[in-house]
Amino acid sequence: MHIEIDEISKAFGTTAALHPVSLSLPSGALVALLGPSGSGKTTLLRILGGLEFPTSGRVRFDGQDATGLTVQERRAGFVFQSYALFRHMSVFDNIAYGLKARPRASRPTREEIARRVTKLLELIQLPDIGARYPSQLSGGQRQRVALARALAIEPRMLLLDEPFGALDAKVRKELRQGLRDIHDTTGLSTIFVTHDQEEAMELADLVVVMSMGRIEQIGKPQDIRARPATHFVREFISA
Amino acid sequence: MSDIPNIRFRPATEENPATRWALIGAAFLGLSVLVFAPLIAVFAEALADGVGASLKSLASPDARDAIRLTLTIAAISVPLNAAFGIAAAWLITKFDFRGKAFLITLIDLPFSVSPVVAGLCIVLMFGTNSLVGGWLVAQGYPIVFAMPGIILATMFVTFPFAARELIPVMIEQGRAEEEAALTLGASGWRTFWTVTLPNIRWALLYGVLLCNARAMGEFGAVAVVSGKIRGQTATMPTTIEMLYQEYLSVAAFSLAAVLALLALVTLLLKTALEIHHADQLAASHRA
Repeated sequence: MHIEIDEISKAFGTTAALHPVSLSLPSGALVALLGPSGSGKTTLLRILGGLEFPTSGRVRFDGQDATGLTVQERRAGFVFQSYALFRHMSVFDNIAYGLKARPRASRPTREEIARRVTKLLELIQLPDIGARYPSQLSGGQRQRVALARALAIEPRMLLLDEPFGALDAKVRKELRQGLRDIHDTTGLSTIFVTHDQEEAMELADLVVVMSMGRIEQIGKPQDIRARPATHFVREFISA
Repeated sequence: MSDIPNIRFRPATEENPATRWALIGAAFLGLSVLVFAPLIAVFAEALADGVGASLKSLASPDARDAIRLTLTIAAISVPLNAAFGIAAAWLITKFDFRGKAFLITLIDLPFSVSPVVAGLCIVLMFGTNSLVGGWLVAQGYPIVFAMPGIILATMFVTFPFAARELIPVMIEQGRAEEEAALTLGASGWRTFWTVTLPNIRWALLYGVLLCNARAMGEFGAVAVVSGKIRGQTATMPTTIEMLYQEYLSVAAFSLAAVLALLALVTLLLKTALEIHHADQLAASHRA
């Protein structure tokens, strides 16, 4: 899905979290929003997911105005920073949650839900953990379950907030490839937020560098490395 | 084994044995005098004329009416306060708005206001001489000196328990799970029932237990609004007081023993909750 952000701004009280920013993300791209904390990248991601509403500007999905769509209507698969798995539900029930929440008319049968959850568990390469609870999983497993839960609703796009932030360095590297693979098999437009320039450069097709609520540069990793547009970008990617 | 002999290690936060035992002893002595002894005295007085006399006094119409009324009041006001407590905690922890600090203070108000004052406020607002109260009495729905007044007084006094217990737990749990449910397409209502409520269930039960204990035991506010009419508006605590004033000591202490037993059951349930679900209770976070 083609995502267009048109002069979006966001203020919390009198503080501007986002100055008007514009961005056009091609369908099926794997995009990194890269910046230090307070750069507005998470706010932008939450606006796309419908968890936050912009103070001004428009969001368009495939050319259609989506600014006023509720979080449920967006159908964005969202992976939260600390995964926000439902702690009182098994992994199976976590992944099935979005399907069970559908209105009766479009809700799959119980067998169909079980089939899809099993398939998703295979996709994240953890076929045997359906009966476990989030507290019994490692950080890396939790991240993959959160990903499977987001994919279960057949989302129009995938939004990930610091998906590797809570993991140690070794697991982080493994899961990068995991996200790349899932993106390539599903073909979903995927946007992830990160403060780690190496992660953004290695994983993304397109990197959006942000600072202080503004976009500093948009480009392919190699282009940003070769020609940093501003002083900030040069400093940040060499860090 | 050790190559540093002649040194006795003592943990930094530990006192020497004499101080330790003195403090522990003082604590037990204080507890015995203030809590255990009176509790035993209540049961001893209740059984002074034997079990038969005690049971007979409990079977009297006045005692039975009082027990029935107190249980009815608790059965109505505790669920209502649980619902209000959830609503207040939900509002305070999941939304940001002006006047939030003021609202939190307001929730604590019943803890600082004397129950007698609370009772008087209800009499002032809903008494026969007030505008609202007069009209309601004319319609045949008296509030003061009737069950609705007692329920209002009980609810006022016990309002903070559920909310106070839920707020810290819900703050700690944050909003992320609710947001996740919403992004997965669940409605707000569904999110509440399938995500929020299961996450707070033990804390809620804990709050309800405390609320219930206080609801059954409340004296001051209820004494003012109920008028203590025997067989109609006399609850267990107010009946105990009346029996005692009339020198019916076995009857008074038998009823008091029942109330104390109910409190002990509450305490046991509360302790069981603390043992099994400490991680999900606010009390354990405060400690």
